[in-house]
Amino acid sequence: MSDIEAIVHEAIVALAAAVDLNALDELRVRYLGKKGAITALLKTLGNLPADQRPAAGQAINDAKQRVSDQLDARKAALEAAHLDERLRTEHIDVTLPGRGTSSGGVHPISIVIERIEGIFRHAGFDVARGPEVEDDFHNFEALNIPAHHPARAMHDTFYLTDGRLLRTHTSPVQIRVMEHTPPPLRIIAPGRVYRCDYDQTHSPMFHQVEGLCIDEGITMADLKGTLDVFLKTFFDRDDLKIRYRPSYFPFTEPSMEVDIKLESKHGISNWLEVMGCGMVHPAVLAKVGVDSERYTGFAFGLGVERLAMLRHGISDLRLFFENDIQFLRQFA
Amino acid sequence: MKLSERWLREWFDPGVETAELAERLTLAGLEIEGLSAAAPALTGVIVGEVREVAPHPDSDHLHVCQVFDGNATHQLVCGAANVRRGLKTAYAPPGAAIGDGRLLTRSPIRGVESAGMLCSVAELGLGDDASGIMELPADASAGSTLRDCMQLDDTVVEVNLTPNRADCFCVSGVARDLAALFGGRLKSTQVATVAAQSDRVVQVQLAAPLACPAYAGRVITGINPNARTPLWMSERLRRSGVRCIHPLVDVTNYVMLELGQPMHAFDLDKLEGWVVVRESIAGERIALLDDSEIELVAGTLLITDDRGPIALAGIMGGATTAVSERTTNVFLESAFFEPIRLAGAARRYRMHTDASQRFERGVDPRGQARAIERATQLILDICSGTPGPCAVTESDTGRRPPAVVQFRPAAVKRLLGIDVAESRIAAILRSLDMQVDDTVMPWRVGAPSFRFDINIEADLVEEVARIQGYESIPARLPMTAGLPAVGDATSPLEARARNTLSVRGYFEAITYSFIDPSLARAFDPGVESVPLANPISSEMSVLRRSIWPGLAQAALHNRNRQVDDIRLFEIGMVFRQEQGGLLQRRQMAGLRTGPAVRVHWSDRARDSDFYDIKQDVDALLQTLRQERVRFVPSTHPALHPGQTAALVRDDAVIGHVGALHPAISARMGFDKPLFLFEIDCDDAGVSAAAQFHPISKVPAVRRDLAIVVDESVTADACLQAAREAAGDLLRDLQLFDVYRGQGIDSGKKSLALGLIFQTLSSTLTDDEVEQAVRRVLARLRECVGGTLRD
Repeated sequence: MSDIEAIVHEAIVALAAAVDLNALDELRVRYLGKKGAITALLKTLGNLPADQRPAAGQAINDAKQRVSDQLDARKAALEAAHLDERLRTEHIDVTLPGRGTSSGGVHPISIVIERIEGIFRHAGFDVARGPEVEDDFHNFEALNIPAHHPARAMHDTFYLTDGRLLRTHTSPVQIRVMEHTPPPLRIIAPGRVYRCDYDQTHSPMFHQVEGLCIDEGITMADLKGTLDVFLKTFFDRDDLKIRYRPSYFPFTEPSMEVDIKLESKHGISNWLEVMGCGMVHPAVLAKVGVDSERYTGFAFGLGVERLAMLRHGISDLRLFFENDIQFLRQFA
Repeated sequence: MKLSERWLREWFDPGVETAELAERLTLAGLEIEGLSAAAPALTGVIVGEVREVAPHPDSDHLHVCQVFDGNATHQLVCGAANVRRGLKTAYAPPGAAIGDGRLLTRSPIRGVESAGMLCSVAELGLGDDASGIMELPADASAGSTLRDCMQLDDTVVEVNLTPNRADCFCVSGVARDLAALFGGRLKSTQVATVAAQSDRVVQVQLAAPLACPAYAGRVITGINPNARTPLWMSERLRRSGVRCIHPLVDVTNYVMLELGQPMHAFDLDKLEGWVVVRESIAGERIALLDDSEIELVAGTLLITDDRGPIALAGIMGGATTAVSERTTNVFLESAFFEPIRLAGAARRYRMHTDASQRFERGVDPRGQARAIERATQLILDICSGTPGPCAVTESDTGRRPPAVVQFRPAAVKRLLGIDVAESRIAAILRSLDMQVDDTVMPWRVGAPSFRFDINIEADLVEEVARIQGYESIPARLPMTAGLPAVGDATSPLEARARNTLSVRGYFEAITYSFIDPSLARAFDPGVESVPLANPISSEMSVLRRSIWPGLAQAALHNRNRQVDDIRLFEIGMVFRQEQGGLLQRRQMAGLRTGPAVRVHWSDRARDSDFYDIKQDVDALLQTLRQERVRFVPSTHPALHPGQTAALVRDDAVIGHVGALHPAISARMGFDKPLFLFEIDCDDAGVSAAAQFHPISKVPAVRRDLAIVVDESVTADACLQAAREAAGDLLRDLQLFDVYRGQGIDSGKKSLALGLIFQTLSSTLTDDEVEQAVRRVLARLRECVGGTLRD
């Protein structure tokens, strides 16, 4: 049996000296493999007398177990050391920049239009579009702005050579929708509009959102309720101060302008005009064949650039159309 | 319009502070844009009486004056030519503040001690006149403050009038609304008539009665040419933003500001024969008061005498008949011109005057004689003279009948959503000078002659709302039976496209819809863009046929600001003149140039090429669920002939992608190639919901083939042939390498195809796969002459 102890001792010394998993595997084969030293001892059992075999077998198995345990322990230690080494060499500077394309971004005008659309969709409004080259009928005549009406002077209109024009507001979409869709209806119509005016505070192209709601029993109270919710949601302010005051548009009667009060950086707050609106003029309803004795409705319009400037703190209208990436990046 | 608060309160004083007065007017539809002090503080400036004037011993233009301040007499030096004994003037003693806030000190002037100064209007900040010291009325009391003497405790109120409220273009009009708001009574607008003291008249003929149905005129003779406009009047004019010119002109302006009726004063001695109101003949000329001379088109309304045009009706008087400092006889005009007939004339001749603004919106058609009477009285008070009769020439042809509106009081509730008592409604309407007959139903409401904006029931509802206050209308959310329409997916589709492109590094641009025609031609030679009739500038004079020129310009803008990596996209309308008329279509377009990926410390930099933008387009099409779109080699006038693909779906071209033509690129000044795409949004259209395909649970088998083909064979042709031949077993097909060079004959290329086979249910046998591969090889040989690479 001293053979056994000698082999076990030799194996344990060898295992302790093994420096890597390959060496360990060789030792496993050498001692525990099919032709290994301990396995060989088991084969000698048959030469022993039958009464000694159980004790000898037990001793060999114990030895095998001891070597095996030692092997596992050594393996675990080597693996741990190996992992430690790997982790050490795989250390990187995580502060170096990442790889790939960085994001672009959506134009602030689109951001604001999508925000407005989202709020009105919640209120059951559909989104409608119309042509940008319009005819006189849809842009003026049907909106109760006949030729020589003083309101035309306020719309510096771009004309094509055939008498058509670039729409001066999104209101003609009202007309186009009502021409094809009987009430009740609720739409908003965002889009580009054009006026022949170009200076620090005017762009020849800008964006408006038109709104229209026609049904039985619609009153100015509904209009105020709708715009209250819209403005408070848009500006994320439940306590937003809103003021309605009489104004004049040819296509609404009564008409109102909507002012809001926002705190400026310097703590000064003034009333700022943000929207025009009113009850749809019976003459407009008549032009599209809607019975104004049965139906009433409201319409409103807002300037997208103005809302974008207020919401994002943009100071100069012209920035919107320069398409400078250093500007566009700020809204990504 | 600017007006003096004191003047307004003289007509109606609501007894509230200025701020509240302004707030109430604003909330009644007369928006107050600004409130400003009528004068600088002028602390310490008083009325001084010049007691003595002596020459300065050491100057030939300065005077040494003794000025009485109510208590004592002070010596001071004055250089004004008009300083004279007995003159009451503005005296700023040491310590007083003049117009610019400067404080005066006691200092000698050329050796003579001077206790402050006598001030000109300009020095006091009360106007431009710096020609001499201010002349105060003889009854001004020496020692009283200038503020008291001139009633400078006043506010200039700036009203932003909406075009419908022509009636408020004067002090009395604003006061009328104010009285209605506060439930008070306006000072009477009645004016006493001035009896004629001579029978001199000018004969007037209305030759265009539709445009001018009423013309009141009056001759006043023997007026004092040396008379001066009194201080109270010049101050009110100043506070209204109107310059003092001549007592007669000042009176007409004053009456216009007070009553809203523009007037004109002709020098009677320069008039010849009859005054005729007629339309112009093309080519007639008139010299105007502002020293301009204009040539008229036909149909412009004119005032003429026997010699020709003497005024551009309702806009400006002529030079030949203008009053001057020698005028002693005057002919006053107070006419009604029909707004529609006058509209556009001021704009055509670019002459927007106080008169034209008022006539275009509409003056009271019944107010002509009243204005003449008021002006006559003022002229007699200031300049004396002998008035002739007030002669009104009228034509029934052009008279507007006063509007009578059928009004159901229930309309108030119907439009405003609030209950207003009928008695209150009637009271509001009456307070605005409406004639209300509420004994019949519907009521009959007669609008006053000065209201041009009262024609239908809703107009009266607005009047009720204005006076009642919009704040009395509650806010509620409308309930409606309407449901969102089906097919309303346009915007979400565009929103998805925006999202995809921005994730891929693109910034959204918004460029102008009108561009430079030469740039348009460069991108689309031989095709004319739709021009604007009245562009802002030649660089913005034609409607874009494509978004590309604008995007390229935006790219250049960024390139010139040292931005290297440029990716831009835009969604918007393009305009094309086609056989059937003007087509307006929505497109999305994109551009990229510069590095393919952001510069990175571990990678080699590489510039974008066609395949980078192709992948962007692929991703975009995937977002739009346009799976059937193919890239077909094509040409486009703006693109590189060898690097252009058409986007084809079911034989229809829905867009293009490619490199900007090097000639255009060079012309614009780009130093690197630009890659562009455009997709028609309307064609990309509304897509159906994505449909689920079952996922296989059995393993896939991959076979790679290297196929040698002629250079002219497209990858797409090979892939399509392989796909067709492989049949249903093929799940995916990848082209993973293109090789030219050693081992491949020149003029040929080797394409490496990865075929991935898989069925839904059963594991494929080698035999099935081999058969499919043989079919693919046979088809490639047959269709594109492809051979298996050795």
